[in-house]
Parts: sequence; C-alpha cells; structure tokens
Amino acid sequence: MKHTISVLVENKFGVLARVAGLFSARGYNIASLAVSETLDPKVSYMTIVVEAKDEKILEQINKQLNKLIDVITVTDFTKKDHFDRELVLVKINYLAKNKTKLQSILKKFVGKVIDFKKDTAIIEAVGDEAQVKALLGELSKFGVRELLRSGKLAIQ
Amino acid sequence: MKMTGSQILLECLKLEGVEVVFGYPGGQILPTFDALYGYKGFKFILTRHEQGAAHAADGYARVTGKVGVCLATSGPGATNLVTGIANAYMDSIPMVAITGQVPTALIGNDAFQEADITGITRPITKHNYLVKDIKDLAQIVREAFYIASTGRPGPVLIDLPKDIQVAETEFIWPAEVKLRSYNPNLFGHPGQIKRAAKLIMKAKKPILYIGGGVITSGATKELLVLAQRLKCPVTWTLMGIGGFPAAHKQSLGMLGMHGTAYANHSIMESDLIIALGARFDDRVTGRLDLFAPEAQVIHVDIDPSSISKNVHVDLPIVGDLKQVLGQLLQELKCGPMIEDWLKHVEDLKKKYPMGFKDKDKILPQYVIQQIDAVTKGEAIICTEVGQHQMWAAQWFNYSSPRSFISSGGLGTMGFGFPAAIGAKLGKPEKIVFDVAGDGSIQMNIQELGTCVANKINVKVAILNNGYLGMVRQWQELFYGSRYSHTPISSPDFVKLAESYGAVGILVTKKSEVKPALERAIATDNTVLIDFRVEEEENVFPMVPAGEAINNIIGGLA
Repeated sequence: MKHTISVLVENKFGVLARVAGLFSARGYNIASLAVSETLDPKVSYMTIVVEAKDEKILEQINKQLNKLIDVITVTDFTKKDHFDRELVLVKINYLAKNKTKLQSILKKFVGKVIDFKKDTAIIEAVGDEAQVKALLGELSKFGVRELLRSGKLAIQ
Repeated sequence: MKMTGSQILLECLKLEGVEVVFGYPGGQILPTFDALYGYKGFKFILTRHEQGAAHAADGYARVTGKVGVCLATSGPGATNLVTGIANAYMDSIPMVAITGQVPTALIGNDAFQEADITGITRPITKHNYLVKDIKDLAQIVREAFYIASTGRPGPVLIDLPKDIQVAETEFIWPAEVKLRSYNPNLFGHPGQIKRAAKLIMKAKKPILYIGGGVITSGATKELLVLAQRLKCPVTWTLMGIGGFPAAHKQSLGMLGMHGTAYANHSIMESDLIIALGARFDDRVTGRLDLFAPEAQVIHVDIDPSSISKNVHVDLPIVGDLKQVLGQLLQELKCGPMIEDWLKHVEDLKKKYPMGFKDKDKILPQYVIQQIDAVTKGEAIICTEVGQHQMWAAQWFNYSSPRSFISSGGLGTMGFGFPAAIGAKLGKPEKIVFDVAGDGSIQMNIQELGTCVANKINVKVAILNNGYLGMVRQWQELFYGSRYSHTPISSPDFVKLAESYGAVGILVTKKSEVKPALERAIATDNTVLIDFRVEEEENVFPMVPAGEAINNIIGGLA
C-alpha cells in the first residue's frame, strides 16, 4: 500500500541523501518526493510517497528516519486525516477547434491553460490523487506529449 | 587567541578528555600532523595500517567506555578506516574518526587521493560531518563526541579539508551541545515499568536475555540485583558476555547458534523473555517463526528501532538500561513463584552439559581453559572472528564487563589484534590476550610493528589448525567436506615475531600449553604463541543456519 510520509529536517547539505539512503538500502523506490524550506529557513519539509511491499519494513524505515540526527519529526499520514495536493503540468496535442471541449474538462478541475502553441497546449492543474488521475484520464483523449508532476504535498 | 583548524582540533580532543589517538599520516592531513609534532595533550599511536587504527580505537572504547579516536588522511586512508567504522557501528561502539580531505575548492574534482568519505560512511556512521567553515569546527567536534557517546553509541566521522586545517579563527570551546532533534530518552515510561512488573510477577517460566546494552549502560550491578530477586535463569548474547558472572548459579551461558544447549532449550520453553539491551539477532533467534513460541516478550532498549524489528514485542520500554532497571527494582520487591521452572532448567543443564571429547593433540578449548586458569579469569580477552572466537566465548569464565572484546555484529576477521592494542592502552594494568586463528591473525599481523615500537605488551594466542576453521566446519557439515580454499598456509610465526622484535613461542604438545602461557605472561614484550591444535575440531553445540535454536547438533548429549 502507498504511504505518504512527511519528514521535518534540518536544512543542511546531505540530509536528503541520508533520508533517501534509508529507503534505497532496503530496496525501496521513492514514488515521489517534494522538498522545500519552511517558515523557519533552518528547517525543511519533505513529503515522501512510497509503496510499502512490507509494512514491517516501512515501520523500520520510519524508526530509522527518527534516528537520523538531522530529522526533527516523522509523520506517516496514511492512517491520519490529512489533505494532499499535487501540481501537474501537462503538454497535450491541441488544435483551436477543440477549445470548448478542453474548457469543459478544465471546468471540472482546478486547472487552466498556461500556454498555447500551434498544435500544443500546456495545462497546469492542482488536485489530490483521485482528481489528478481523473484529469489525466480526460486529457489522454487529446494525446499527452509530456507530463510533469511535483510530487505530493501533505498537510494536517 | 587565533588558532589554526588543526590546533583547534587537537585542543578540542584534549578538552573532550581524549587520552590516545590512533592514526596514520598522509598528504591531506599533514597540517594536523604538523600540529601533533611534539604535542603533549594526548598520546598518538602510529599504527601500520589505518584499519588497525580504527580497530584499536574501537578496542580502547570497549574496555574503557570512553570514545575511541582514530585519524587518517583522505582517499585511501579514509577508505581503509571503513571496515573499522562499520564494525564499531554494528556493535554500538563510541568512536570519532577524523579524516583529512582535499581542499574545499577541489572537492568533487577527482583530486589526488580524494574520496567522498562522508558519502561512503553515511550508512555505517551514527552521524558524519564535512567541515566547510573553520568557525563550525569546535562545535562539530563537540557534537561528534556527544553523539558518539550518548543514546545508542556509535561512530561519528569528521571529514576535515586541508584548507580548513590551515585556516585561522578565534578558538571558542562551546559550553554545551544542544541538538533539537536528538535527545535520547533515559528513563522508561512509568506506566510501562508497572506493566512489566505485573507481567513478570505472573510469569511461570521467565528468562533474562541480556545483550551488549547491559555493558554499554553500565547496568551490571542492577542486573545482578534483579536476577537474584527474580531467581530466574540468565542467558546472554556474544555482546553480553561479561554482563553477568559466568560462574553464577543462575547463568546459562551464551545462547544462539553456538550457545549452550540448555540456554537454547530454556528460552524456547520460556513463557516470558525479559530482553535487556539485546536485539534478537539472527544468530540468536535462529528460525524466527519457531522462536520461543509460548513466550511473551518484554524488551528494554535505548533504541526504539531495535524493538519489534525481528521478534514481536509485547511490552516495549525505551530507555537507558541502568535507569530502567533501577525503576523496575522499585516496582519489583520480590520475584514470581517459579520453583518448577528452575528445577526444569537444572534438569536441562544436566541433560545437555557443555563439554568436548579429549584427544591426543592440543584441543583449542583446552588452550582457552588454560588461559582462564593462568590469568585467574582476570584477563581481557580480545578475539578475531571464527572458531577460536566461539571457543573463547564458551570456555573462559568471564566475571566482569568489558573483559571480552569481540566483533559481534560485523564479524570482522583482523579485528582482535589491533583491538587488543587499544585495550592494553585503555587498561594497562590488565593482561590482554588476543585469541586468534591462523587465518585471521594474518589479516592485521602488521600491527606487531605498532606493538613493539610502542612497547604495547599484548599476548597473541594463535589456535593454529591450518584452516579457515569456521568456514571449513560449514563445508564439512553442509557442503560434503569439500574444503574449497579453506586450507591456509602460514609463515613461521616464531620467526615472524622475532623479526619484528617480539617474542615467538611454538607449542606442539599439550604439556607445553600452560608453561608457554606462563612464560608469555612473565615476558615484558609482545608475545605470539603458535599453538598447533587439532586440525578438524568443530565448534559445538551448533544450530545450523535457518533452523530453530533447539535443533542442535554436536555436543556431548
């Protein structure tokens, strides 16, 4: 099952490598990762999404994360009420005649077109996992050329 | 006053109470060695290999409980420390390793003798630092010692670029260390202590299972009081040796793969395992799903990640063992009624006694017993890794903590001899033996030079059977006696010792064992004793890897 874990860390070089190393050493792939400064510039916030093949191993990773000197707190959001959002940038095949069709899709989502070219459009959208999945489903009808995802952010 | 980075480093080490540093010079650590020239703040021991320096620092830490310190140059000097750092990490030994690094401007440029040692050692250190500003240096050294020696101890590495060593700044010794994200929990949760006491009083077949944490936290006195109050049997891991007196009537000796049969049967039949500073290593539990099926588990450990890692724990207590045992003793004024259990354990002891069948040739077990006899059980015994290590664990009656120095977790051949050097410097008043095999002694034999040059008086007892014995034993038992590359030749150890300026003794007869040991102890020099022992003697009892630990082969019964 997928876990969303947030890690509050000291904003220092090498911290990301320490955190990532705990996953890679156990053969765990990080599905998504978002890192940035917090209100306190000495502290960074990481949101990590990982597929746990074995819950016991993930529990061990969480304990090991807590042991890192530079880690301040670790929260596994999976079984907690929380909000999560992801930003996606999608470049699709687009011709002007399809404008209404695209607009009617985007109305259902928090999304907008940020650039038009002759035969492409770039769409920016924000949503939780289900919303992003639904949007990408709809956009696939146009033909997706490029897809960029920020990785999930989670907050309680 | 303005000081250079190198001077600040030495001053910090002195202020941390460092008595001895083990190391080896090289290009990128030259400024620090220049500062060491004529320096009187602590002793510096030049080893013959950086790995020797790391193991010596480790051995020093194990016998004293203080932080061991080693120092090497960048690149190969730093990578040669790696095995020693990993070894200390696996056994939770406080160590600070300092490495030179290429100047900050060259880092990442594949400069001569450059290695990303903080990257390399990230998974085998408790923490590590690359110093990028001289103003941080004193604070970093202070933090390194604090982190290495508190909580679950471990090695910390400081990588010090050459330009930082020569840069100058005002030296300010930080008054204290505060790390917002690192505050080891010392006292156990009072509610958990109460629940543990209740669980203990309800137990019918309790057993105390102790590990290295008892020694690390200095909790042997509290453990003895607890054990005597509960009257229950006590068994220990390899790392727990010396945590409880082997000669005590409640002792079951070591458990696990080469543990006593009665310890293994007892823990398998127990209904309550009280695990103290131990981590249910696979060499202890054997096949996990069959391990102690009826037992509930109380687990006291300073490291939350050790709890429920391998074995499900019913009652975890996170804290320092000495404090937690103190709390537990407040709650437990007496023990449970377990007379039937104690009688059963006594029966197990009689049914499965420890022993070995005498032979004409010198038996390795006999040599260990004789070392015990001639030193009255008071020696510090260091070991390498292999059969001799297990015999040293089984056949010497350890009575005090920090007297058995062995590579438990990593299983590092070549550890024992340099560790013995560190041990002798840490406890000069003690007789220090390295019990070695003919294979492992050859892994760091060059440290004979260190011993002789610094008049470090250690005794090396080589149990020479012409084989890499433990691997040969597995080949005999599980690979149809196909001795693939386990017969190993050795130099003439007597001549080798003499060429270094040490003393060598060859022992080929049983009757010569005791006199040779007595002569070695009376000699004011490093002595290498080459005991030619029975070639194909096996370590028994033995639990085959991956089997339940009551599935025991060998032994007398």
